[in-house]
Parts: sequence; C-alpha cells; structure tokens
Amino acid sequence: MKHEAKLLIGVGAFFSLTDIVYWFWGYHYLAGNNSAGPEQSGTVMLIGTVLLGLVPGSYYFWWSRHMRPRPEDREDATIAEGSGVIGAFPSSSIWPFVLGMGVFLIALAAVFGIWLLVPAFSLVFSAAIGYTAESRRGGQV
Amino acid sequence: MTLLQDRPAVTPGHGHGGDGGDDEHGDHGGHGGTRGILLWLTSTDHKIIGLNYMITSLVMFFLAGGMALLIRVQLSSPQSSFLSYQTYNELFTMHGSLMLYLFAGPFAFGGLANFIVPLQVGAPDMAFPRLNALSYWLYLSGAVTMMLGFFTAGGAAAFGWVGYAPLSNSINSPGAGADLWILALGLTGFSAIFTGVNLITTIFYLRAPGMTMFRMPIFTWNMLVTALLILIAFPVLTAAMIMLFCDRHFGTHIYEVSGGGAPILYQNLFWFFGHPEVYILALPYFGIVTEVIPAFARKPLFGYKGMVFATMSIAALSTGVWAHHMFTTGTVLLPFFSLLSLLIAVPTGIKFFNWIGTMWRGQIEYKTPMLFAIGFLFAFLMGGLTGVMLASPPIDFATHDTYFVVAHFHQVLIGTTVFGGFAGFYFWYPKMFGRMLNETLGKIHFWLLFIGFWGMTMPQYVLGLEGMPRRVATYPANLGWQGLNIAASIGGWVIGLSFVFMFVNIGLSVWGKNIVKAPDNPWDAGGLEWFTSSPPSHHNFERLPPIRSERPVWDYYHPDHRSIDHVAEHRAHQLAAGVGSGSLKE
Repeated sequence: MKHEAKLLIGVGAFFSLTDIVYWFWGYHYLAGNNSAGPEQSGTVMLIGTVLLGLVPGSYYFWWSRHMRPRPEDREDATIAEGSGVIGAFPSSSIWPFVLGMGVFLIALAAVFGIWLLVPAFSLVFSAAIGYTAESRRGGQV
Repeated sequence: MTLLQDRPAVTPGHGHGGDGGDDEHGDHGGHGGTRGILLWLTSTDHKIIGLNYMITSLVMFFLAGGMALLIRVQLSSPQSSFLSYQTYNELFTMHGSLMLYLFAGPFAFGGLANFIVPLQVGAPDMAFPRLNALSYWLYLSGAVTMMLGFFTAGGAAAFGWVGYAPLSNSINSPGAGADLWILALGLTGFSAIFTGVNLITTIFYLRAPGMTMFRMPIFTWNMLVTALLILIAFPVLTAAMIMLFCDRHFGTHIYEVSGGGAPILYQNLFWFFGHPEVYILALPYFGIVTEVIPAFARKPLFGYKGMVFATMSIAALSTGVWAHHMFTTGTVLLPFFSLLSLLIAVPTGIKFFNWIGTMWRGQIEYKTPMLFAIGFLFAFLMGGLTGVMLASPPIDFATHDTYFVVAHFHQVLIGTTVFGGFAGFYFWYPKMFGRMLNETLGKIHFWLLFIGFWGMTMPQYVLGLEGMPRRVATYPANLGWQGLNIAASIGGWVIGLSFVFMFVNIGLSVWGKNIVKAPDNPWDAGGLEWFTSSPPSHHNFERLPPIRSERPVWDYYHPDHRSIDHVAEHRAHQLAAGVGSGSLKE
C-alpha cells in the first residue's frame, strides 16, 4: 500500500509545486500584458488536481502505516496466501443496462422534450431498486 | 525450480473462506447458459465488456475513417462540389469527435485495458463489475447520441471536435445536432470516469500475491497512470460541457463577453482536458508496444523502472501544458507552457531508448504485432519531433491552424492508436478469441497501412508550410496545392484499403477452412495473461504460477533462464542467513 500512497501523494506534491509556479509567474507575466489580468482558471484546476492526489493519498499513507503489508505488497508472498474470499462479485445483471438506458433518455430529454423524463426516471428508479435487491443476495468469489 | 501452487479462491462456482458464499449467481457473464443478446445485455464479466467496448469503438473507427475518405475526395480538387460546406464541416467535426472521444480512448481503456489488466494482475474480474457494465452502456449511449445528430433537421455538430465558444453557442450553431454532441460528451465523460475509478481500484486491491507494484506489466502501469489522468481531465470536460449547455439554453453567459463571461475560459477548460487527453490516448498504446517488443525481441524489457517513471513524468508534465494549444490567443503564459511542453520530450526520449535497448542484440521475430510496434516507433518519432517544433511559440505562430498541425497530430495519433492499437489487437487476438490470425494477411495489412500513412501525412506537412489552412473545403487553384492534396488522398485511401485485409483475416479465423487454435502462450511471452487458457475461463485463472519478477510466466516455463529480481534474491539470502522472519516458498 505504500507505493500506492506515494504515487498519489506524488501527484499532489508535483501539482502543488506546478500551481505555485504557475500562479506567481502568471501573475507577474500576464498582469502587464493582458488587459483581463492574470489567468485564474488554470490555478483553480490545478488546485483540484492537488486535492485529487493528496486526499486519497493521505488516506492510503495513514493506512499503510497501520497495517501489515498485504500479500500483493510483498515480494516473497506465495499464491496460497491469497486463498479465501477475494471479494464480493455481483452476478450477471440487467440493471446496469436499465440504468444506462435511463440516463440515455435523460440526456435525450434535454433535446427532444421533457416528456422523455417519464420513461427515463422510471428506468432509473427501477434500476436503483433492482441494484439494491440484487446486492443483498450477491455471491462471493 | 518453482512449483505451481493452486489459488483456490479463483475457482469459479465455489465459495471460499469458510462461509462458502451465496454463489447462486456464481456463473457471471453467461458462461453457463446465457448466450447471444442476453449475454451482451447482462454480462458483468470484464472480458465480455472489454470485447463490447472494442467492437463498438472499432465501429466508430471505421465510421470516422469513412468520413475521412470523403473529406479526402473533396480536397482532391481545388473547388470541388462533392460535399457542401455544411456537410464538410459536419464531417470533419464528427471525424475528429468519433476518433478521439469514441474510438481512441475507449478502445484502449474500455476495451484492451478491461480485457487485459485483470488478467495481467491475476484478478478474477474488475473491482466493480456492474459499474464496469454501466460504463459501457453510458459509452454506447454517448456514441448513439452523437451520431443521432446526422438525423436531425440541422444536421450534426459542425464546429470542430473542440467545440470552441462562441462558435458553439446557440446563435452561431443552432439546432439539435450541437446539443446532442454536448450531451454525448457528458455521457462518455461519466463512462470514462467510472472506468478510471474501476481500473485504479482493480490495480490497487485485486493484484495476486507477489504481484507488487514494481512487478506489474508496463501495460498495467500505463493504464494506472492513464486512469489517474482520466480522473484529472474528464471532470473538467464534463463541467465545461454543462456550462456550454447552460449558455445555449438557460440564459447564462459563462462564455459570452456580452454578459460578462469569457470565451477564453472555454479554451482553458477544454484544453485542461484536451492535452491530458492526448496522453490518455497515447500512454495505453505505449504500454502495448512495451509488451510487444520484449516478447518478439526475446529479451526482458530494458529499463523497467525507467519506463515506469518516464510514464509518470509524461503524465505529470502533460497536465501542465494545456495552453500550448492557445499560444496565438495572446492570453497565456508562453514561457511556462513552452518549457513544460519541451520537457515532455525527455521522458518520451527515455522510452524510445528503452524500446531500442530492448531490441538491441535481441533475436527479433518480425511477426505482425512486432511490425506494428516498429511502425509505431517510426510514426510516433516523426510526430513527436514536429510536436517539439510546435512547442516553440514562434514556430507555432507561423503554423497554427495550418495543415502542418494536421499532419503532426495525425502522425502522433495514428502512430499511437492505429499502429500501437493494432499491435495490441494482433498480439492479444489469440488470447481473446482462441484463434490465430494469418501472418501473411497481417503483414499485408501492416505494409499497406505504413505506406498509406506516410503517403498521407508527409504532403500535409508541406501543404502546411505553404500556408494551407485546416478545416477548409475548397482552396484557390492557382496556389499549386492540388498535387500534394491528391497524394495525401491516395495515402488515405491506401490506409482504408489496408483494413480490408484485416477484415478478411478475422473472417478466415472465424469461418475459414484452416482455423488454427491458439495455445495458451503462442508468443512465449512473460505476462500472467499468457498463463490462462485462450480464451480465458470465467474468473480467469484456475491456477497461478509463483510471481517472483515482472515476467512470472516466462520464469515458470523457463526456469533455467528466469528473470532475476534482485530485491527478492536479497530477501531470500537474508532469510537463509536467519535475518528477519517469514518464509519464501520456492
């Protein structure tokens, strides 16, 4: 888990540096050349990127210091150490298709008329119920 | 000598870990009864979804390619009336949109990554199988939504694949076609984000024991970095599209000067997505080539960690170069964006030297996938070098919006997505379908594509330097551009012809008289995907080999020539000397 944490924190650290340089450089360079003043959207988007790395990265880093290395983190792990339940994998399911078609109709409703929202939301609500019911009896592998 | 050890947890149809699980639906994806349309509609198996993605994205590729051929017919004579201006604008817009949003990205991260990444890390499926299926349906919905524009009264979107405001506002681009284009990007944007989340979670949590991060195949590494780029870039695009839609229909003036908005904001938002998108399209194909070259050079990859860090560097730098597409607007920080753009050449150069280093003194087998990989090296090198030129503002000022730029990005994108993509297609086709493709037909496909590619793009560089602007349907006859345009058109048609041989090849592998079944590991390659059957069974693996390097399958089949993992060797010596605790079962 340490490498995963380092990767994400690295994203945050790199873009923190980039954002600072971009803001200061842009502030002095563009303020004089551009009647609209320094460009701000890039600074904001880079802040978003910093958070994208730092928030989950910090979480992983905290966990990596409070857990033993998993078999997939160790060079000497044997395949047998991965025995047991890997995860809960849902069954084949019609609900992703139903939900996808519901969202598709919502998009089309924005162009062809809001009446399409009636079948669209019917599909979305059906899928929400179906997903939930299916998850309660899903199998494990 | 290593011993094969069972990994009972991945045996389908049986619960493990004590409780046995409720496995009434254990046979996902229809491997035990569900067939045909129901399999397609309901499967949550990553392999079926991956194939769905690949087939759909290839349909988009051929539709977009057909549009390109019509464009080339139009440009073969100066004042051609083959297409109307409106139709021409629609065609180049939809050609770019289909290729970039609906083929190049989804083919890689929706198709190949979906199929291959779980196999390469030893996982039974993607982490969120139903989310995976939803991603595909949103992608397909987006594709249909975009194409619906052709059936509306005003025609499809006609403002270029970038949809710049204010050209894309409701005054300059009225009609449903533009709205459908915007909504399609919203749908495919969410699809990509969900796939990105799924890939990252799969790689972080479902790796097999011993498959440490620095033993993952480079394709998987590249898909991890690509998934991070997706999460950085696609939300910005989706937000930009929502704001554009609001400007068009809800009276906002976010991109309108008249209401206090800023059209340049659209360009900043779009390219904050758009340039990482270029690498979202490139990195997966770098990964494919990095799998193909060692397999056919009969050597381990040269500079594994260098490749990983080069991938990270490219991705990081690519997120800081968005405004190099906006040099001529006069509103961007030229030295900052130029410097970062030029710096990308450094990690890319490292990759090139590592690819060459891998081939150096290898026993190279020129099979079809290897030919495509080598074709990629030439094409991307040329496209990359002209990219370095365009990163310099003075050169960009002179060539902006000319055919020089068109030639540059077609070399980069065809180099990666077509040469790299079909290297992967020919490489993994036996694994996906359990059939071998015909080598002769594959090589004819490659050579026609290679010749057509250079024939199409090189005249476009010259046309650009002579000043021919992009996105024009006609040009003056007295400027002497017709000859070069005819050459480019012939090149384009040769590219189109090359794919006939691919179709014939696929057809013969399915319906031919001499079908050759694929063994588990036809190329004697080293990744885990080559350990399972061709095609893989449901939940992928009945058993797994010990993972002691980045080439576990090579190590298993060639114990006398196994890869040396210095960290594991050191740990083994420590254990043998009684330092530390635990055991190394080998």
